[in-house]
Amino acid sequence: MSAELAVFLVLAALAVAGAVSLIVQRHPIHSALSLIVVMVSLAGLYLLLGAEFISAVQIIVYAGAIMVLFVFVIMLLNAGIEERTNLSRMARYVGLPLGVLLMALLAYAIGRGASSQAPAAAGPAPTKTLAMMLFQDFVFPFELTSILILIAILGALVLAKRES
Amino acid sequence: MVPISYYLVLSAVLFGLGVVAFVFKRNIITIFMAIELMLNAVNLAFVAFSRALGQLQGQVFVFFVIVVAAAEAAVGLAIIILIARNRQSLNVERVALLKL
Amino acid sequence: MSDFLAQHPILVVSGIKVVVMMLVMMTALAYLTWFERKVVAHIQSRWGPYRAGPHGLLQPLADGLKFLFKEGVTPAGVDRFAYYLAPFLSLSLALTSIALIPFGPQEIRILGQPTSFGIADLNIGLLFLFAITSLGVYGVVLAGWSSNSKYPLLGGLRSAAQMVSYELALTMSVVGVLLLAGSFNLREVIAAQRGFHWGFLPRWNILASPLPQVLGFFCFFTAAIAETNRLPFDLAEAESELVAGFHTEYSSFKFAMFFLGEYASMITVSCLATILFFGGWLSPFPETRFFVWTHYLPTALLAAAGVWLILDGLRYSTLLGKIVLPVLGLALCGAAALVSRPGLLEFVQGPFWFLGKVLVFLFIYVWVRGTLPRFRYDQLMAVGWKLLLPVSLANVILTSLAMVVGKR
Repeated sequence: MSAELAVFLVLAALAVAGAVSLIVQRHPIHSALSLIVVMVSLAGLYLLLGAEFISAVQIIVYAGAIMVLFVFVIMLLNAGIEERTNLSRMARYVGLPLGVLLMALLAYAIGRGASSQAPAAAGPAPTKTLAMMLFQDFVFPFELTSILILIAILGALVLAKRES
Repeated sequence: MVPISYYLVLSAVLFGLGVVAFVFKRNIITIFMAIELMLNAVNLAFVAFSRALGQLQGQVFVFFVIVVAAAEAAVGLAIIILIARNRQSLNVERVALLKL
Repeated sequence: MSDFLAQHPILVVSGIKVVVMMLVMMTALAYLTWFERKVVAHIQSRWGPYRAGPHGLLQPLADGLKFLFKEGVTPAGVDRFAYYLAPFLSLSLALTSIALIPFGPQEIRILGQPTSFGIADLNIGLLFLFAITSLGVYGVVLAGWSSNSKYPLLGGLRSAAQMVSYELALTMSVVGVLLLAGSFNLREVIAAQRGFHWGFLPRWNILASPLPQVLGFFCFFTAAIAETNRLPFDLAEAESELVAGFHTEYSSFKFAMFFLGEYASMITVSCLATILFFGGWLSPFPETRFFVWTHYLPTALLAAAGVWLILDGLRYSTLLGKIVLPVLGLALCGAAALVSRPGLLEFVQGPFWFLGKVLVFLFIYVWVRGTLPRFRYDQLMAVGWKLLLPVSLANVILTSLAMVVGKR
């Protein structure tokens, strides 16, 4: 077993364990912590795939900002342990089979389509190339996202403001 | 070398777990987290494809997905705060005024 | 196992570097607390620690032993997992970030393997550092939430908002430096600051040629003080309002871990300020014949400190001091003699200037703590969003404009 495969397996196991724990844990903070574990191990996987910049952004933005916001809101609303209510019948009888079916379908499609594809031996993507691409080929979508963020900030402010 | 299909299978599994969490969790914040989990799973597939094809577009897409997720979290959490304030509960089944 | 290690010597070398670094850091952290108490005491016209050992030099040891032997109280009703995780997260993340700091220009040899002077040398070093510091907020937030008590909760909420807000200004303020250097790698950032204006003024980023990064440095250091939760921005643990903030319910070694984590991030920030704005290990003197004597500055400083220690020790009041201080002084003089030898002389230059600048920043940290009053919470938020963020953004725009105009 190569060192890379070992690292992959450890990180993948961590990610899956985190995702399962997200479902099993009943307190929202514990779910949030599990999700952070998933995100950090995904950042490790990105490093393994040679996407250094994306890996750093994943931790800075996802784990370091978005999840902090989640934890902040959970603390602010003092959310307690999840109530156990009767699941709606739809979720109980259709949800789980559908979820398993979806996973099986995806796995089947991947197994048929991509099983023989080994990754192209590209070195770590230099951040400079990524930046060039972002600011030349994708400059219009990039500027659009800034408008999107502005709208999101305004929306959040308007929604969360207390009416006086 | 780790075959690219391993990454894709992992991505599929994570996405499936996200769907399961989305359907089964009752707390609205946790449901929101399940959506983030699905976005993350898709990101992994994007980066894996970007590696397999030797192109960087996949990483650019991931960058955009992360930006959109940040905007979505800001607005979504503001809505959640409003719901909690008006309904005094975070359980989605108690936010069912439109249900017949 | 031994075959595997023989095939991957980098694992052994990294392991040795990590262990050595941990030992050095732990000692440095312990004596940083002593340094801070001494400096703050003198600012307030007190003597500071004086009883444990000569000049209170054994005080860190006494503190450490006290923390170790205190009863570790776990309050009822805490969320155990998060309660134990939080101090561990704080300390380990703060220590991890030290791993990315390069301490000198040369490669060193461990077990015959050439390796960089510093634990890791990454292409995205700076981004990775910010990634680690952005996770540091969880230590504080989880401690505040898991304690199941109102003051820690308020402290945790405050610090979550504070650290997320100041992280923006912190990241934006270094973009100017990144533009000038064209790289995230900390070694290349330092290499880009080589050279002198008019032959004597160093081309460090604080005096960089298209646009001096004074604004960037101001924003960086202010935001960094807020990021490390230090006075005057320590609203998360304001004792006059929140008892002790997020670590109210922590005792014994778990409290010590928070404490050490805070000091470790102080060291990281000082190293970062040195690297990004003050030329890292570059000497402030040009490499000309006229300035050759500056190579003997480390020797001179060590020797002077040694002689002073010997003289001070001889007239020290206690017997222990009369023995320990002269011995320390002799050791320093020996180090001075060692450092002036031809091979070592060149090697010591980089680390000497680096550590010297870092010490200056640590002193500024303590100085600010000793002299400035704490901000009010709304003032804190206003400074972050209405002053630091716009100024650092303006710095980015001005720097890029200056670079474009300078090229024409």
